[in-house]
Amino acid sequence: MESLFGKTLAQLTQIAINNGLPKFTGRQMAEWLYKKQIANISDMTNIAKQGRERLEVKYTVGLTPPIKVQTSTDGTKKYLYTHGSRGFIEAAYIPDDDRATLCVSSQVGCKMGCLFCMTGKQGFQTHLTAGEILNQIRSLPERDQLTNVVYMGMGEPLDNPDEVLQSLEVLTAGWGYAWSPKRITVSTIGIIPAMKRFLSESDCHLAISLHTPFEDERRKLMPIENVYHLHDVIDAVKEWDWTHQRRISFEYIVFGGLNDTPRHVNELVRILNGIKCRINLIRFHPIPDTPLHGTDEATLQYFKTRLNEKGVLCTIRASRGQDIYAACGLLSTKELMSHEQKDY
Amino acid sequence: MRYQCTVLKNELLAPGVHLISFEKCFPFKAGQMVTIALSVNGPKRLYSIASGEPEAVMSVIFDIKPEGALTPPFALIKPGDTIFCSQPQGSFLGSEEPAFWIASGTGIAPFRSMFRTGLSSNKTLIHGGRFLYSFYFQDELIAMKHNYIRCCTQESGAGIFEGRLTRYLRETPLPVLGFKYYLCGSAEMVVDTRDLLISRSIPFENIISEIYF
Repeated sequence: MESLFGKTLAQLTQIAINNGLPKFTGRQMAEWLYKKQIANISDMTNIAKQGRERLEVKYTVGLTPPIKVQTSTDGTKKYLYTHGSRGFIEAAYIPDDDRATLCVSSQVGCKMGCLFCMTGKQGFQTHLTAGEILNQIRSLPERDQLTNVVYMGMGEPLDNPDEVLQSLEVLTAGWGYAWSPKRITVSTIGIIPAMKRFLSESDCHLAISLHTPFEDERRKLMPIENVYHLHDVIDAVKEWDWTHQRRISFEYIVFGGLNDTPRHVNELVRILNGIKCRINLIRFHPIPDTPLHGTDEATLQYFKTRLNEKGVLCTIRASRGQDIYAACGLLSTKELMSHEQKDY
Repeated sequence: MRYQCTVLKNELLAPGVHLISFEKCFPFKAGQMVTIALSVNGPKRLYSIASGEPEAVMSVIFDIKPEGALTPPFALIKPGDTIFCSQPQGSFLGSEEPAFWIASGTGIAPFRSMFRTGLSSNKTLIHGGRFLYSFYFQDELIAMKHNYIRCCTQESGAGIFEGRLTRYLRETPLPVLGFKYYLCGSAEMVVDTRDLLISRSIPFENIISEIYF
């Protein structure tokens, strides 16, 4: 059965027409799905009973509750959802004073193969639909406390641009959840064509996984560098107007002895010159089988200070949920390991 | 910028796997890729170039994704049809350095390009596949003799290692220094193989990966 949840107003209207219902039923369905948050088609009580019965033959609302939750001593919670018969996805709920952020997944697994990432060890299974992305928000017990959503969970969001953009439309449209796009950040490793499309079709914030300003070094950490070069990513960013409310940030995991030197500071300053942006420094928490290790605290602080002194706004992201391994991919990869079959 | 190129040949290499050759619009380096579309505004995808630098044609290899927007119609293309092709891009490049080339499935494409460019003299090519017909271009790659290793998971055959390529690598002495390791294929193969190489003390700086997406 096809899910209604995650469909746009245009899609819901088309479903209404295709099933012999009045055109305005599409808007009624959107209202029930996204404003009144019902879980069953039978609850859509302003649609004629016959119409609801007709919809129930082919459709379901399509919500999936989490099957597992891990709670950190700092309040961070990691939710695990099943996908199909053997896939798992994760969403991390991160409360922090007056903010509460949900980090959502956009794919089951990931194709990008970054050296420092746990999700990549699962390989790629499938893209999530817009409904499956939004289900992580809708089925979250704390959904009413959420202030922000970041697309930084499992998968590369802009490798799944159709569904990610559709989910953003539902989240921000007046007929949908009507969230401000300024509460939403989409992260990418720099898939340029999809990044340009995202910038044109959405007003949400953008975060780019940078991790080193040197291309030769980046290609050893992130295979995508062999396809889309960092200087082309930066050029594409510079073509965009960032002087208004929309923000761009660069994610930078700091690895000891690898990308934490004064040479890296200088090059970061050079390549980001002219972009109104922020760098988020992230502590690296080692994953199994990685040759990388995090930098020490003094070097991290020095790195941040030097960037700020040189005029690049730079912050250190607080590590959250360390006791439950809140970094994306660990929980689901563990769940997946026992089911694996490989064909190469 | 995309260029219209005339298709010269559509060869079926194995069930569901095609090699499309088309007129060469620009020079390229072995290991690079191009974006291909069947119409100006149609869906487009990146493909590694499978032909060699000196050749007069360009070719790409792909397997049909039944649910895909591009590969089902691409498989039906005929000589004389036109496709739209971007300038070559990418830095997964062949070199004269000694190296291991490790591929799964259609990930063989960039290594075939390097082979046909004349870069195979100090290389070992390890190709993983499910079936005996999965070793595309084996008729020509066999010229690499004992430096061409085929690892098959579902069938057995003369001179073919039975099992995954990761098992072959695990059971084989590998040089730690002085060699590059080039990986191309599914994300799962690339990540597993990279982890295995790192566990064998090969510096990650010497591992260069190309992923399919």
